[in-house]
Amino acid sequence: MHRLILIFFSYIICSNISVDDIINKIDFNLNSDNRVMTTQMIVYGRRASRTIVSKSWIIGTDKAFTEYLSPPREQGSKMLKLDDVLLTYSPQTDRIIQISGHMLRQSIMGSDMSYNDVMEDKPLDQLYTATLEGEEYVGDRKCYILFLKSKVDGISYPKRREWVDAEYFLPIKEELYAKSGKLLKSTSMDGIKKIGDRWFPSRFVFKDELKKNSKGTEWIINDIQFDQDMPEIIFSKSNLRK
Amino acid sequence: MIHFLFKGLIRDQSRSFFPLLIITVIVAIIIFFSGFLNGIYNSLFFNTAMVNSGHVKIVTHAYHLEHQLLPNDLALLESDNIIDDLEKKYNDYIWTPRITFAGLLDVPDENGETLTQSPVFALGIDFLSDKSSQIDVWDINKKIVEGKLFADKNQALLSSKLAERLNVKINDIITFIGSTMDGAFSTYNFVVSGIFDLNIGPIDKDMMIVDIKGAEFALDMDNAASEILGYKQDLFFNDKQTVLLRDQYNMGFNTDDIYRPFMLALRDSNQMSTIVDFSNVIMFIIMALFLIVVTLVLWNMGIMNGLRRYGEIGMRLAIGETKGHVYKSMVLESLMIGFLGSAFGTMIGLAITSYLENVGLDYSKAIDSLNSANFAMPNVFYPQVTPELFYIGFFPGILATVFGTMLAGRAIYKREMAQLFKELEA
Repeated sequence: MHRLILIFFSYIICSNISVDDIINKIDFNLNSDNRVMTTQMIVYGRRASRTIVSKSWIIGTDKAFTEYLSPPREQGSKMLKLDDVLLTYSPQTDRIIQISGHMLRQSIMGSDMSYNDVMEDKPLDQLYTATLEGEEYVGDRKCYILFLKSKVDGISYPKRREWVDAEYFLPIKEELYAKSGKLLKSTSMDGIKKIGDRWFPSRFVFKDELKKNSKGTEWIINDIQFDQDMPEIIFSKSNLRK
Repeated sequence: MIHFLFKGLIRDQSRSFFPLLIITVIVAIIIFFSGFLNGIYNSLFFNTAMVNSGHVKIVTHAYHLEHQLLPNDLALLESDNIIDDLEKKYNDYIWTPRITFAGLLDVPDENGETLTQSPVFALGIDFLSDKSSQIDVWDINKKIVEGKLFADKNQALLSSKLAERLNVKINDIITFIGSTMDGAFSTYNFVVSGIFDLNIGPIDKDMMIVDIKGAEFALDMDNAASEILGYKQDLFFNDKQTVLLRDQYNMGFNTDDIYRPFMLALRDSNQMSTIVDFSNVIMFIIMALFLIVVTLVLWNMGIMNGLRRYGEIGMRLAIGETKGHVYKSMVLESLMIGFLGSAFGTMIGLAITSYLENVGLDYSKAIDSLNSANFAMPNVFYPQVTPELFYIGFFPGILATVFGTMLAGRAIYKREMAQLFKELEA
């Protein structure tokens, strides 16, 4: 009942746009048929920070291949995601290891992102039912506040709240919750640019709220290209050892 | 007079044989029991010290606050310098670095892909450096049941329980999967050089031991250590000394620095204080009760002996021996019996304790059924010969016999000389 009332008022407040429209626009901006990007991840540890540079080839939400370019210890490490399978390769051991079970909850390279965060990178409309809670300014940006509740079982964040920029339709601030309502992670994004016909951020900040004194992880997109020609061989196991 | 009394004791075996036998047996029991309790006490804490806590250990204060998470990002840096400093200041301790870490152990198939995996709890111990005495502290060669100790940083020892679970054999390659001290993903190949059994219950069920250099390399912890452990040179745990050292060491650091070295005594680890205090009290109560009971038994024996010799004493008084002389001779006799019995008992007790100190008493099945990974319970208890065993049974053995006789001998002074012949006629 509360939800119906909330949805009703949501439509009155934001009469010119529906929740589904907002979700579709977010998915359009953040997802693509394929993309190639070079990124740097700055992990702020408790004693020191590290910058990890990587290049990723991504098709939809099912296939992704990442090669780590620096620092030297990480250089040559690779990660391949094929549907629900995540494989990693490290040149030191020359082993391909499948990441599964509780290891998926571990952080990637010591960052505030987990392997599960990468694995569940699917369009929001496939995973969540959204309700519009209202509008709010984040800094000087007008935002729609969306509350999303999972419609599939077993995902890492059954609930999330997003502050969606009313102009760019990107969640410039987000809170990710457990089923119990406990805040697990928060994210933000900025440096929004027009790339082709979509808006895309150039910097994300992830913060694991369960880590004491976490300073968060910055993920900076140095270069991104959408809808490129991408040979299938990139997403093969044999490419991990090359 | 002593010679005369001694002859009497030898000729009248009813006066000497059974009292001597009883005192010998009781004193031997006191000594063995005390040695057994000492052995349990020390082996309980020595195993915990060896695996987990040292007699004292140093971590950063920040690490101490989160120690259950094994937060190696909060490890001690420049550990060599810290150890050098400790060796100069506290040279009655052995100081050694330790890296404690956890992750997954992955066993590959013939194609190098995952065959089996298991969680692993690993210790990086300084076994291979020239000045290290950890091989002796751990007595590791006796604990290796198959293969041998690793010869370099790329080899590892697996516990027999873990090796069995993973179906791993000597010379197999295993891959450690975990995090570096910076939190980066880490994989590192080790070759299994040996399989060990610590014989201390379930604590080693997921355990892998590698050389500290291997752990440093796998976790990117060059010259860093999770902990620096300190063992007394004689490996004998003394609770009061460790607490004193801890307090003295910690006073020298600025309390605002969360990465300051922070010393913990054995009693500070994993709620060990309760066990240490409890053990001390229990040891005291058991020994006190035992000594009281034994003293009462010997005392009673003295009284019974006095009563048995009621007629003899009457006769001696009747033929003119003074009461004081009779009393004195009985006390001297009991002193001789007490001395000899206590000496024999001490020798026999020490011999049994010493034998079992080497052989041990095996409680494997009972200990394996326990399920605590924090407290290292030994599967084999070794009684321990300590200096106190040389007197803990000897003096109570003599004193109880003499006091028993003295108490019984008071009856001599109550005898009425006028009634003696009537009593003797009866």
